Amino acid sequence: MDQTGTMPAVSNAPAATAARSTFAQQRRRQLLQGAIVLLLITLLPLFVTNAYLRNVLVLTLLYAALAQSWNILGGYCGQVSLGHALYFGVGAYAASKLFVDHGVVVWFGMLAGGALAALLALVVGYACFRLKGHYFSIATILFAEIGLTLLHNWDYVGAATGIQWPFGADSWWTLQFARDKTPYIYVALGLAAIVWLVTWWIEDSRWGYWWRAVKDNPDAAQSLGVTVFRSKMAASALSAFFTAAGGAFYAAFVSYVDPDSVMNFRFSLLMALPVVLGGIGTLWGPVLGAALLIPLTEFSRSYLGGGGNGVDLMIYGALVMSVALIKPEGLVRLFAKRMAAR
Amino acid sequence: MNAAAWLQVLASGLLMGLVYGLVAVGLSLIFGLMDVVNFAHGEFLMLAMYAAFGLFSFAHLDPVIALPLVAAAMFGVGAFAYAGVVRHALRFKANTGMVQIFATFGLATLIQGAAQYLFSPDYRSIKGGWLEGHTLNVGGVFLPSAQVYAALVSVLAFGGLYLLMTRTDFGRALEATREDKGAVALVGIDSNRVFTLGWGLGAALVGVAGAVLATFYYIHPQVGASFALIAYVTVALGGFGSVFGALAAGVIVGIVEAGTAALLPPALKALGVYLLYLAVLFLRPQGLFGKL
Amino acid sequence: MTALVEVRNLTRRFGGLVANNDVSIDVRAGEILGLIGPNGAGKSTLFNQIAGAYPPSSGTIAFDGRDVTALSAPARCALGIARTYQVPKSFDSMSVVENVMVGAFVRHASSAAARRAAGEVLAFCGLERRAETMAGELTPPEKRRLEVARALATRPKLLLLDEVLTGLTPSEARQGVELIRRVRDAGVTVVMVEHVMEIVMPLVDRAIVLNLGQVLAEGTPPEVVSNPAVIAAYLGERRRAA
Repeated sequence: MDQTGTMPAVSNAPAATAARSTFAQQRRRQLLQGAIVLLLITLLPLFVTNAYLRNVLVLTLLYAALAQSWNILGGYCGQVSLGHALYFGVGAYAASKLFVDHGVVVWFGMLAGGALAALLALVVGYACFRLKGHYFSIATILFAEIGLTLLHNWDYVGAATGIQWPFGADSWWTLQFARDKTPYIYVALGLAAIVWLVTWWIEDSRWGYWWRAVKDNPDAAQSLGVTVFRSKMAASALSAFFTAAGGAFYAAFVSYVDPDSVMNFRFSLLMALPVVLGGIGTLWGPVLGAALLIPLTEFSRSYLGGGGNGVDLMIYGALVMSVALIKPEGLVRLFAKRMAAR
Repeated sequence: MNAAAWLQVLASGLLMGLVYGLVAVGLSLIFGLMDVVNFAHGEFLMLAMYAAFGLFSFAHLDPVIALPLVAAAMFGVGAFAYAGVVRHALRFKANTGMVQIFATFGLATLIQGAAQYLFSPDYRSIKGGWLEGHTLNVGGVFLPSAQVYAALVSVLAFGGLYLLMTRTDFGRALEATREDKGAVALVGIDSNRVFTLGWGLGAALVGVAGAVLATFYYIHPQVGASFALIAYVTVALGGFGSVFGALAAGVIVGIVEAGTAALLPPALKALGVYLLYLAVLFLRPQGLFGKL
Repeated sequence: MTALVEVRNLTRRFGGLVANNDVSIDVRAGEILGLIGPNGAGKSTLFNQIAGAYPPSSGTIAFDGRDVTALSAPARCALGIARTYQVPKSFDSMSVVENVMVGAFVRHASSAAARRAAGEVLAFCGLERRAETMAGELTPPEKRRLEVARALATRPKLLLLDEVLTGLTPSEARQGVELIRRVRDAGVTVVMVEHVMEIVMPLVDRAIVLNLGQVLAEGTPPEVVSNPAVIAAYLGERRRAA
């Protein structure tokens, strides 16, 4: 307590400056880690040639992107949405409709779907953000269910039949590749990398700090100038945008959409679970979680769950329960240094 | 649609709504007690239905007789779910809400998988029970006896629950723990014990619902999931933690669903309920009888 | 000269209870004002309405010449009103410096600037050595200090302190008083709700005593403390006036 200066005095105390540079170092280190992981995954397709495994790789990368998007609203801003399948489906359908009916390039379809989903997120947010805790989560489930029901009965988008993408030549514009699925790996990787980068940026941005304040203590946040409602809306729109982009990609990947294949409740959970597994509100958590959960889900379904014997579900359920109960901070804490733990 | 048709809709909706209320009240009780949404609630219902089916198929016990047995078994399941799973989820300070959602959801998936594995995904139904095939004709309105039975059981269950909550020591302990968990420890009430029994009670109630539903509903591993959503809506509509709210909301949901099915294509019948719920939430975020 | 805060005819009801009954007070720029009174006097209610936690049932509040009665808490923060909470509401998923940064972001858009500003505030409040500690791991007096630091980071003109000295050991309280004096010396007006008369009276320039929802007395500490009505109001509670 030997500081006597008034507040505006610049603090050149060695401790403060050192802390700031350590933080900057941490940030650079994270980027370096990201670059290394990106490089490694880029090289992966050279070694993994099995078609089934490549398929799993695409899905894992897609879910890494989706989980990271969900993490923006759920992990950083603390709003547990269990209806994100709505945005995934909107993206998938928007891209499909635009391509099949109007020949619009898939890349634009991703953007359009994302924008539409962001708008929808604002509507949903307007209705739901006044709700607290479980009321909010359940309301999000309902919005997705309403979306699903509407899709089932709306002829413009093919009702229960859905929309089939026409067969055509391989092309990067339409993102259709009949035999060699390698491009899908790279597009999914690109998507995951972009959302990861956005998360990295969030971690040291004004919005990021505000979101975490809203998550921890909305009242205190308000007293410090944070407009809670607007913050939640921003997080929701951003999260929805990328989720929809992922949906658009998925539609191109499987060349087909129907209501249950893109807006089912299980997608909502599948987007959130990797985050819970890996670490809520962390930079690498969603990626780690997806890397573990998706291959496990796929393998157990292919090798064990065939014929609906439910073994895959049992393993899946047991895994989720175990992580939730044993290491709820997420597996990323196993590698915990303060940086990874953020 | 004429008045007679509407009366039929109202009656059917009321009967089904009473069952919805019964399905939901256990969930509401648990939440009111300890702020936990049991995402495995639908699976509890499913287990109860299978239990009734099993007792009918192998022990030749009509579901009406088997009801107390099913309720008792589900009491055990609920108590175990708390003591074995949920209690551990609650010891974490940060993100408790999320952890508990996913812990119970994991349990739900596990139970569903187990049911699929043990019982196969085939649809089952109880054929030849006492209530089979009778339909009551009350002034032009047709009421299947199984559904009337279900509604009556629900009313009785709510009555019993009311008496339990207000007249017994356990009920008062439940209410006290609900209001102030810290204070009850000071008067010698072990909140862990209360929670365990509370979960048991909640599961027993949905067990009763399962036992009555088994008399006229198809039984399969995913049946819980379809009821679960209705249960969440009912609880949220009535207000988390409100027993009376669950009853009132259940009836409302049943009638709105029946009305919607009469007016719109059957595939859209859930929409009426969802929209009603969202409208109520917008105007009254804590539900009809809940506290925020 | 208009006062920094002008509360006029403020009334606040909670159901049937009238917590503030036609209260009118001024807060003068640059002063340390004490809001005191027995339990249930309506101090917290008045405090919260000035902070913007909830609106009055009737009456007006003016800050720095403008009517803020209908303004939300975040808007008031932007204008220069900051507050602390009696039970510290720290952001436990973040470190101490990050907690303070949340406040700094009202005045700085870039996180580098906010971090720098937060560092300065932490130094001012004596918490610089705990900058990287997680907020949840602080000791209780440190948490109080963090509350103040966070509020200061918003560069307020008015700092509202809610029982920030209650329950501290004498030496902790002395340090707290030191900090509050430095805050005022830096140009911030301070309004403190307090219970502990013997700590508050030597610190404040003026005191306003509330009782049963109304203003009972106001003046300098010696004036207030020797006021027979004030003594009578406290009589049932603690007979230690000054």
